[in-house]
Amino acid sequence: MNGPVVRNVSRRRFLQVGAGAAGGLVLGFHLPGGLDAWGNRVGADGRLNGYVMIEPDGTITISLTHAEMGQGVHTALPMILAEELEADWSTIRVLLAPAAKEGAVVSAASGTGGSRTIRSQYGVVSKAGAIARDMLRQAAANRWNVPLEDCIARNGAIVAGDRTASYGDLSLGASMLPAPATAAIKTKAEWRLLGKPTKRLDARDKSTGQARFGVDVVLEDMLVGTIQQCPQWGGKLKTVDAAPALTVKGVEHVVTTDAAVMVLGSGYWPASKGLAALTPEWDSSSAKAEDSNVVANGLAKALRGKTAKIVDQGNIAQASKFVSKSITTTYEVPYLHQATMEPMNATAWVRDAKIDVWAPVQSAGRERLRIAQEFGVAEDDVTVHVTFLGGGFGRRSSMDFIRPAIIASQEARRPVKMLWSREEDMSHGLMRPIAKGRFAAGLNVPGMPVTWDATLAVPSISKQQAPHRVTGQVDPVSVYGADNLPYAIPHQRLRYAMPDFGAPLGFWRSVPHSYTAFFVESFLDEIAQESGTDPFVLRERLLVGQGRELALLAKLKQASDWAAKPEKGRFRGMAFHECFGSLIGQVVELSMQEDDDIRLERITAVIDCGMAINPLTIQAQIEGGIIYGLTAAMYGRIDVADGAAVQKNFDTYEMVRMGQVPPVDVHILEGGPIGGIGEPGVPPIAPALTNALFAATGTRYRKLPLMDAGLSLAGRHSD
Amino acid sequence: MAYVLRINGVDHRLDIDGDTPVLWALRDNLGLMGTKYGCGISACGACTVLADDAAVRSCGVSVEEAEGLDIITIEGLAEVGMGDMSDAWVEEDVPQCGYCQSGQIMAAAALLSENKKPTDAEIDAAMTNICRCGTYSRIRKAIHRVVEER
Ligand code: FES
Ligand code: FES
Repeated sequence: MNGPVVRNVSRRRFLQVGAGAAGGLVLGFHLPGGLDAWGNRVGADGRLNGYVMIEPDGTITISLTHAEMGQGVHTALPMILAEELEADWSTIRVLLAPAAKEGAVVSAASGTGGSRTIRSQYGVVSKAGAIARDMLRQAAANRWNVPLEDCIARNGAIVAGDRTASYGDLSLGASMLPAPATAAIKTKAEWRLLGKPTKRLDARDKSTGQARFGVDVVLEDMLVGTIQQCPQWGGKLKTVDAAPALTVKGVEHVVTTDAAVMVLGSGYWPASKGLAALTPEWDSSSAKAEDSNVVANGLAKALRGKTAKIVDQGNIAQASKFVSKSITTTYEVPYLHQATMEPMNATAWVRDAKIDVWAPVQSAGRERLRIAQEFGVAEDDVTVHVTFLGGGFGRRSSMDFIRPAIIASQEARRPVKMLWSREEDMSHGLMRPIAKGRFAAGLNVPGMPVTWDATLAVPSISKQQAPHRVTGQVDPVSVYGADNLPYAIPHQRLRYAMPDFGAPLGFWRSVPHSYTAFFVESFLDEIAQESGTDPFVLRERLLVGQGRELALLAKLKQASDWAAKPEKGRFRGMAFHECFGSLIGQVVELSMQEDDDIRLERITAVIDCGMAINPLTIQAQIEGGIIYGLTAAMYGRIDVADGAAVQKNFDTYEMVRMGQVPPVDVHILEGGPIGGIGEPGVPPIAPALTNALFAATGTRYRKLPLMDAGLSLAGRHSD
Repeated sequence: MAYVLRINGVDHRLDIDGDTPVLWALRDNLGLMGTKYGCGISACGACTVLADDAAVRSCGVSVEEAEGLDIITIEGLAEVGMGDMSDAWVEEDVPQCGYCQSGQIMAAAALLSENKKPTDAEIDAAMTNICRCGTYSRIRKAIHRVVEER
C-alpha cells in the first residue's frame, strides 16, 4: 500500500480554478471524507478534490475545500503542506472556493465538523507536499545532470553543491515528470514549521474588512431577500396578502412557500421593511414543539420511565450491598442556540436547470448532493461555492438556510441573496437539546466510588437528522462522554431515555459533551466532597495506570498552582474530560463579589491533542471554546412558549463580554495520536466553574444557566 | 428623497428611504461590505463605524440622522492614519472567524482616538462588542500594542 494517491495534473485544463498557473506544477489529491471532485472527473483514477499548484513566479497555492469558520484550518493544512514541501511560508496562498467560469466546476468536498479536519487530512496533505518536493528535486537533478540524492530541498529552493534553483524556476520542469507513488515523510524531529506558533494566513483580510463571508456575496442583477417562517416550528403559512410589501420602495417580489414568506428587493432594508408590512396568517395546527414547562416535567418523567441500557458492567445490585455510603443527584441543562455571529444566509442563482449556491456551509459536499436530490437536478449541475463562515459551531451543517434562497431565485429568475434577520435566525435554530441526568454512586469505606449508575434523558438529534443512527431506543450520539468513562469504577451502568418534545435539534459546539462533562464532572466533585478527598486525588486514583490522563492531571495541577493555597477569598474548581480524540482539563479560580457576582480570577487549561500542528491556533481555540462554554453556563437558555423560541436576539440571549473574561492560560501536551481542538475547550468549563462555586459558597449548582440562580459575572477591572 | 452621506471622505448621494440604517446604505448601496450585520438592535457592535470620531453602531442610525456626519468605515481606516489598528490585529493573530472584527477594530479606534492610553477598565467600558469566537484577550493585547507603538 502506498497510501493516498497524488497525481500530476499539470496538463489538465481545470485551471479555471484560480491562478493562471500556466506552465507550473499542479498536483491533485483526494482528501478523504469527500464526496466530489472539482474540474473534470478523473474517472477510474480517483476523485481529486484538493490541489497544490506551484507557479513559475514562485507562488504556491493550496486549494482547500474545508470551511474556515475560525478554527484555523486554512492555516494548519497549508502548514502541513509547506513542511513537507520545504516551502518558503511567505509564498503560500490558500484558495477557498473555485470560481466557475463555465460548466461544472464543483467546489467542496468533505464536511467540516467534529473537530476532525486535521485528523483526517494530515496523511494526504503531507504526502502531496513530499511528492511535490521530490518532483522539484528530480527536475533539478535532470537539469544539472546530478544524482537525485545531491538535490536538497530547502526553503523554497533546490540546492546541489553551489547550484540553486527556486521552486518557481523548476515548476515547469517538474510538471513534465510523473508523480512518484511514494515520498519520504518527515519525522517529527525533522519538523521546522509544524509545531511552531504560526500566524493565521487570513488574519490580514479579516482585520481590514476584506474577508468575504456569505452575507457579502454580490452578483450582477442580484436581489436581496429576507424571510419569515412560521414562528411555530412545523407550522404552515395559511395566507398572506402581498400588496403592503409591494408598495415599499425597492421591493420587487413576494415569494411564498408552504411555511414561509420571503420579500425580495434592492437591498436588505427594503426587503425587511416589506416583510414587516405583511400580516401573514399561520396555521400552527401541525406545530409540535412542547413548551418549556411541559418539557421540564417530560424530562423528569422520562428519567423514571422506560430506558435503554447502554453500559452495563459489573454487578451494581450485588456491589450495592457492600457500599458504605450512597449519593444520588440530578443535573439539567436547557436548549441552546449556536448564535453564530453571522446570521444564516445563502445566495442562489438558478438558471438553465443549473443551481449555483454561495453560502457559508460546513459541509458543502453533502449539501450539494441534497440540493440535487431535492430540486431534481443532476449533481453535476449543482455548484456550491463556500465563503468564509462567520462562525459555524455546528449550525451550518444543514441545508435549511440554503433552500429558501434557491426557491426565491427560481421564482424571481434572478440571483437572490437570502439573509435572515437575527430574530429569524434565532427563532429557527437547530438547538442543542435539553438534557437531564440522574447519577447515583455507592462509595466504599475509603470513600472511592465502586458503583456508578447514570440515567440520561435527552431528545435525540439523530432521530431528526440521521434516523439510521438510531437503533431501537438508543442514539449513541446523545450520550458520548458519559458512556465511556476513563475512570476505573468496577460496577457501572448507563441508561438512556429518548423523549421527544418536537423542537428542532442540531449540533452545538461539542454536541453531547457539553452536558455529559457537566454531569459527570460535577458528580465526581460531589463524590470527592462526600469522601473528603481532593478532586485531583480522587481522579488520580480512578485513573491509575493511565499514563496520558495522569500526565495531564499532573500538568494541570502544577500550572494552576493547585497545591498552593489560593489567595484569601479565592476558590478553585477543576474538571477533566476526553472528547474528539483529545484530553482536556481545566481549573477555574474565582472570588465572589457582592450581589452574587462572580469575579473570574484566572482559568487554566491543559489539552493533550496528540500532535500540536499550530500552538497559536490551539490556544485560540481552547480559549474561544472556554468563553463559548462560559456564556452557556452563565446565560444560555432558549425557552419554548406557544411552540416557538422565546429568545430572539442578543438583548435576551446574553453573551459573555470582554470585561468579564480573565486571563486564560493554555498548556499543550502531545501524548498520542492527533486529536481535535475546535470543540474540546467547551465541555469542562461548566463543571470547573460550578465546582469552584461550590468551594466558594457551599452551594451545588446542578442546573444551568447560572443566571437562573441569580448569579452573574462581574467586570474584572475597575478604576 | 435623496440623502448625502460623507463616507471615508467622499460625499455620496443616495436616493433611498430616510429611515434606512447607515449599515444597509453602506452594504447594499455603496458596496462597503466590511461593516457587518449581527443583530440590528445595537446589541452586538458588529456594525460599528466612526461618526465624527465616535464609535457608532450603524444599524441604529438612519441615513437621515447621519447627514452631516463624517463617517469612517473599516475600509477607510488606513487612509485616516489608523492602519496600525489592523497591523496590531494581525500581529496579535486576533481573528478567528473574523466576522466581528471590523466592529471591534472600529470600537477600539474610537477609544484610542479619544484616549491615548486607556486603562484596562476603560478598555472594558468601551469594548462591549460581542465576539462569539471569544477572541477578547487577543483584542485587548492588540489594543495595548497600538498604544505602545503609537
Ligand atoms: S448589527 Fe448593529 S449592533 Fe449588532
Ligand atoms: S472572531 Fe468570530 S465572532 Fe469574533
